[in-house]
Amino acid sequence: MKADIAFGQYCEGNSFLHRLDPRWKIIFVLVYIVALFLARNIFAFALIGASIVGLWLLSGIKLGILVKGLRPLLFIIAFTAIINVFWFKGETPLLPDGWAVQIYLEGIINAGLIILRVMVLVTGTSILLTYTTTPIALTDGIEQLLAPLAKIKVPVHEFSMMMTIALRFIPTLIEETDKIMSAQKARGSDFSTGSLVKRAKALVPVLVPLFISAFRRADDLATAMECRCYTGGNGRTRMNVLHSTWRDGVMLLGILAFVAGIVVLNIFAPGYTFTM
Amino acid sequence: MGKIELQNITYVYGKGAPYEIKALDDVSLTFEEGKIIGLIGHTGSGKSTLVQLLNGLIRPDAGKVLLDGKDIWQEPKKIRDVRFKVGLVMQYPEYQLFDETVWKDIAFGPRNMGMSDEEVKKAVTEAASFAGVKEKHFNKSPFDLSGGQKRRAALAGVIAMRPSVLVLDEPAAGLDPGARRRILTRIKDYQRQSGTTVIIVSHSMEDMAMYCDSVVVMNHGKVTMTGTPAQVFSRADELIAQGLDVPAITKVARALKDEGVDIGLDIYTVNFAAHRLFGGDGIEG
Repeated sequence: MKADIAFGQYCEGNSFLHRLDPRWKIIFVLVYIVALFLARNIFAFALIGASIVGLWLLSGIKLGILVKGLRPLLFIIAFTAIINVFWFKGETPLLPDGWAVQIYLEGIINAGLIILRVMVLVTGTSILLTYTTTPIALTDGIEQLLAPLAKIKVPVHEFSMMMTIALRFIPTLIEETDKIMSAQKARGSDFSTGSLVKRAKALVPVLVPLFISAFRRADDLATAMECRCYTGGNGRTRMNVLHSTWRDGVMLLGILAFVAGIVVLNIFAPGYTFTM
Repeated sequence: MGKIELQNITYVYGKGAPYEIKALDDVSLTFEEGKIIGLIGHTGSGKSTLVQLLNGLIRPDAGKVLLDGKDIWQEPKKIRDVRFKVGLVMQYPEYQLFDETVWKDIAFGPRNMGMSDEEVKKAVTEAASFAGVKEKHFNKSPFDLSGGQKRRAALAGVIAMRPSVLVLDEPAAGLDPGARRRILTRIKDYQRQSGTTVIIVSHSMEDMAMYCDSVVVMNHGKVTMTGTPAQVFSRADELIAQGLDVPAITKVARALKDEGVDIGLDIYTVNFAAHRLFGGDGIEG
């Protein structure tokens, strides 16, 4: 019924990042995360700050969406900041002697850098992967990257098929839930008032039909797949073959330059050294 | 004054988004008390949206829904009371069955209303007999019933709340012709005996012709025709232009007229046609 269900984080677009090969993107994200944790001083962190602006510009995603994505982190950010500011023992005290608590300049800088790292970690990986890659492309990419594991009898194709089907059915099940909830509301179910226990109980009339319909759908789908002679991954060709392009090459160079930059700044730049 | 009145209703899906759809556009309608009213229109014409507005499952973006002359959204906290007065049987209602036994499932609505055990028992027994749910099925799991039986059990679950308006969204969809006839006849008998106002959404012109006192036609979120089945089905060209159809017998009457045998174009049941043909004008079946 509801046409306004936003599914996943994917933002429609055709930017540089959108057009990268998902296999490469997964590798880029892993390298990027490692690089974030390599940074040891303020200059390296400045480079990290610059990298996130760069990624944002390449993605063509509205700034508002990125800010919204950070909102759930507010608590963690505030918590780490407080812990770091009050428990960090540095060399430059900011409060007069004899006070019950002491705050050091290094503590504040440290807190700032940790916050920056957490924010970049979440935003950067989201921009590189979830905001710019459809869930289906992502599972495709994972499947192909893990394909070598099939040699040691890991059922890579089966896992990826399960993922793809699960993703495919999320919107369907949301719609179904919506319908069943409407039907039970029409019979007087009340999901929004009363104690927690009462509200949890009110969900039983929704969950039972939902499970039953999910099983029915699974059964139908299995039959439909068998009718089209699905026997697993062996010898199956794909409709969307993934291609690497010059863009992936450019991005690879960019990421490598970023890692190199951080390592160089760690070693040669003077100044405050970050401790975790 | 009608039982339920819609005044200048507008409803928009995905408001503000690039894909926003105006499901209903300034719709005004009156559903008269104690009648069976049919609602027809092709897929996406706004029927199902309209049906959900009637019992307050969704709230109009503009306009008012009046039940017995009172705006149902006057006190949003009391919307549940409206849902008990306007019973809604959704499409494929068998998918809402959940309880261990048929009896408990039918009793779900009445219990939510806060009826006493005694009242619940009476309401369930009555509703089951109206809907044609046999006593031997009461202690079975609803999932062990056949398709048609499940549908009737779900119908009983709504009738058991004794609503003063009963709204049914495609009550016969997906049933075989026998089950289809049985459930529609049940609904009609129930309406006659209880005096409830019944609103049926359907795609089947034959069903509309057979069971409804009046018909409302919708297209692209607007009401395009209202009237008795005879009035509506005599405007076959307009209906066909809106992606709908007319009952087969109406087509026969039209074909006969083209061949020079004019029995009138307001024919919509076989009985009626037979009377016109063999019993002379003015005898209605």
